[in-house]
Amino acid sequence: MKAAVLVFPGINRERDMARTLRLVSGSQPNMVWHAEHELPARTDLVVVPGGFSYGDYLRCGAIAARSPIMDAVRTFAAKGGLVLGVCNGFQILCEAGLLPGVLMRNENLRFICRDVYLKVERSDTPFTRGYNAGQVIRVPVAHGEGNYIADGETIARLEGEGRVIFRYASPDGMIDPNWNHNGAINAIAGIVSERGNVLGMMPHPENHVEEAIGRTDGRGLFAGLTEALGRAA
Amino acid sequence: MNPNTTKITPALVAEHGLKPDEYQRILDLIGREPTLTELGIFSAMWNEHCSYKSSKVHLRGLPTKAAWVIQGPGENAGVIDIGDGQACVFKMESHNHPSYIEPYQGAATGVGGILRDVFTMGARPIACLNALSFGAPEHAKTRHLVSGVVAGIGGYGNSFGVPTVGGSVRFHSRYDGNILVNAMAVGLAETSKIFYAAASGVGMPIVYLGSKTGRDGIHGASMASAEFDDDSAEKRPTVQVGDPFSEKLLLEACLEIMEKGCVIAIQDMGAAGLTSSATEMGAKGDLGVTLDLDKVPCREEGMTAYEMMLSESQERMLMVLKPEKEKEAEAIFRKWGLDFAIVGETTPSKRFIVCHKGEVMADLPIKELGDSAPEYKRPFVTAQKLPVIDAGAVEARGSIADALERLIATPDLCSKRWVWEQYDYIIGGNTVQRPGGDAAVVRVEDGPKALAMTTDVTPRYCEANPFEGGKQAVAECWRNLTAVGARPLAITDNLNFGNPERPEIMGQFVGCVRGIAEACKALDFPVVSGNVSLYNETNGKAILPTPSIGGVGLLEDFTKSATLAFKQDGDAILVVGETAGWLGQSIYLREICAREEGAPPPVDLIEERENGDFVRSLILDGTASAVHDLSDGGLLVALAEMAMAGDIGATLDAPPDDIPAHAYWFGEDQARYIVTVAAGKVDAVLARARNASVLVSQIGKTGGETLALHGERALTVADLNRRSEAWLPAYMAGEA
Repeated sequence: MKAAVLVFPGINRERDMARTLRLVSGSQPNMVWHAEHELPARTDLVVVPGGFSYGDYLRCGAIAARSPIMDAVRTFAAKGGLVLGVCNGFQILCEAGLLPGVLMRNENLRFICRDVYLKVERSDTPFTRGYNAGQVIRVPVAHGEGNYIADGETIARLEGEGRVIFRYASPDGMIDPNWNHNGAINAIAGIVSERGNVLGMMPHPENHVEEAIGRTDGRGLFAGLTEALGRAA
Repeated sequence: MNPNTTKITPALVAEHGLKPDEYQRILDLIGREPTLTELGIFSAMWNEHCSYKSSKVHLRGLPTKAAWVIQGPGENAGVIDIGDGQACVFKMESHNHPSYIEPYQGAATGVGGILRDVFTMGARPIACLNALSFGAPEHAKTRHLVSGVVAGIGGYGNSFGVPTVGGSVRFHSRYDGNILVNAMAVGLAETSKIFYAAASGVGMPIVYLGSKTGRDGIHGASMASAEFDDDSAEKRPTVQVGDPFSEKLLLEACLEIMEKGCVIAIQDMGAAGLTSSATEMGAKGDLGVTLDLDKVPCREEGMTAYEMMLSESQERMLMVLKPEKEKEAEAIFRKWGLDFAIVGETTPSKRFIVCHKGEVMADLPIKELGDSAPEYKRPFVTAQKLPVIDAGAVEARGSIADALERLIATPDLCSKRWVWEQYDYIIGGNTVQRPGGDAAVVRVEDGPKALAMTTDVTPRYCEANPFEGGKQAVAECWRNLTAVGARPLAITDNLNFGNPERPEIMGQFVGCVRGIAEACKALDFPVVSGNVSLYNETNGKAILPTPSIGGVGLLEDFTKSATLAFKQDGDAILVVGETAGWLGQSIYLREICAREEGAPPPVDLIEERENGDFVRSLILDGTASAVHDLSDGGLLVALAEMAMAGDIGATLDAPPDDIPAHAYWFGEDQARYIVTVAAGKVDAVLARARNASVLVSQIGKTGGETLALHGERALTVADLNRRSEAWLPAYMAGEA
């Protein structure tokens, strides 16, 4: 794996992400500054980490989405390159037009940090091959604006094309408003692009990869990616 | 007319918070009438907040040294050695008055300020904690203040990117008009790369870093040094506005220039902004400083020298730069999109000279600005000791089961999940123990070391007996660190009191500080940093004396840390320490009997140490399966918390005959812990305890879905959890 982790001013989970990539894949990712125009040669995975790029002062992700590096990411994605956006990264990918929809403020208008349960809808993607379809994983969320919404037509397409990859669920995998902490439509926690090579998700799988720190449910995502990319190479 | 030459009238002096004799001191010091800018500088340096004029003489009695202390009080933050060339840098500071006036920004900038104190020293912040005291829930402003303060703390820390891992929240009517927001930050540095404030070398460039200077926060430190009255809301413009995004950039840029060896000295602009940072760097380095205010990056046009010198705009730093590194340092700051301006230089004159538009606006002796600040030995009276309440004379109200159900749903004892879920406590990927335990545990980089941290104080004890209360605050902090298996290393103290000009308040201060000193000495637990916040009163009504203690301890191997949750059915439940049933000043007496009375429980520091060392040994050798310290609410509340955390019940033996049941279950005797061990290990543990002269007794065993007390109806753990979790969300929704 040769991952590139993008760093925008105000991003703050890039160190967590880099450590997780190193722990799971065994190779150190490149940290790529937002003002760069190109991704490092042979990059096979772009990760847009979480944080508060530009303080989230305009609209989450809006300014970062217009950084020079994002043109390179669009080109990379257009060629089928794998792109993972987590939390603020998901918001940036939406603002950059790589994924549809927007993330609104949480329904209760408060920042929420807690472990949530996600139902993995599909296991036949490079991001989720480490899981079984229908499996429930427990990973943390930490966001104030994670309430996913898009117009009815877009939601119907996402659902129809099987592009909803993760949903907030109860511990036994039921979709239930009581377990949908931010009020996202259809309990959507993560979606992929039309080609399936760009994943955006609000929860933080990178924070649940070590037994000693709590749980390892997030590991499957990175292990799956490592395997997918290892095989491709 | 140049406003700088404004005639200094007694009214103007008073407006600057300076007493007539203090003004006379200024005249004697400089031998002429000060300019307006100079008067502003003196008011900024000589207010209580910056000068510690009422407290200094007593703070000297605190122990500040140990083999592991690298830097004690007097710098931006304290520094302790945690081995392997690593240091822990930490401090706690109050932002009380601003948070009452403007809760979101007041709390946010409190967090911002303490983070800057830590990273100014070259440390990357790895955790934040806080200690919050609000007014009674029924007070009209409390809900609004809780909501704003919590959102502000989260808003700043979450965006900055530091996990907020612990803290405390209390409610009491004595904080109705004057809440307390104490924020603590903990950082990690290399022992060989600690940065200090003392400038060195003549003619060295002084660089202004960070955000631009605006008109916000002018006289903030003076506001923090006066009591409140009904017109306090008018002080809103003195509250600063936080920008965590800029602070995050400032952090990265500062750490980068430090790494590149560009920095001679660095000081954050906190209270009294440019004035205090510039004079401190000069005075500590035995040098003069000349500032050219024309070079200061300003957010607003037409700012006067007076305004620039007193602005408390946030996210700013002052640095003495190695001249040969100027280009490199500037490039780093430009990369992060931050202001970088050379605004002055060090001089051999030992004068603090401020120039603006070609004129000298201030010319003052730099050392005397700080050193000659007034220092008061204010009169104090020690309050009469309160009678010890005989537990036998306190009539039980209702059953033990009823009392427990009520207690765990009271504002002080209920679950604070509603609060800490608004803080990102996992960022960094090192949070071993999350909020809700005795102490937070944060792994140091990739481990195996970890730091344990907590904030503690029991204000009602401090009010009833300042000396014992001061001791207890330190002892409980030490106990909480011990309960997770850490070796307690050092503390930061944040001393919140009322008006020191009143002898009874000064008596509380003196008593608490003496108690803190006594406990720190006995427990080898020095004070390495701190902050004093006085004048916490409104219309003459003072807060409860609240010396918040923030403690840090070290775990050599984070995987050995203990948690309070019951782990499995069939473990033996042991109490370490002596239970006598002390009800004076207990939560039971207050909440169930509606009496805030009596002497608080005394703290035997020798017993505290012996019991703690014994518990720690049980944790480190893997004998203890769960550990919890005993504090507010006593034995049964602690047991309920352990049951709720583990979702496992317990069967508890009947109380001994010589202690009334309610005193046994809810008394707050000190130096105690609950420890669970596998049933087969009980005899060995009891034998070890006897050898160590530590009192340990088995009081029950874990298992089942209920807390089963002898002679009481069974309480299901699920129902206890529901009650404990319900109050705060309901209250905040306006339903309780």
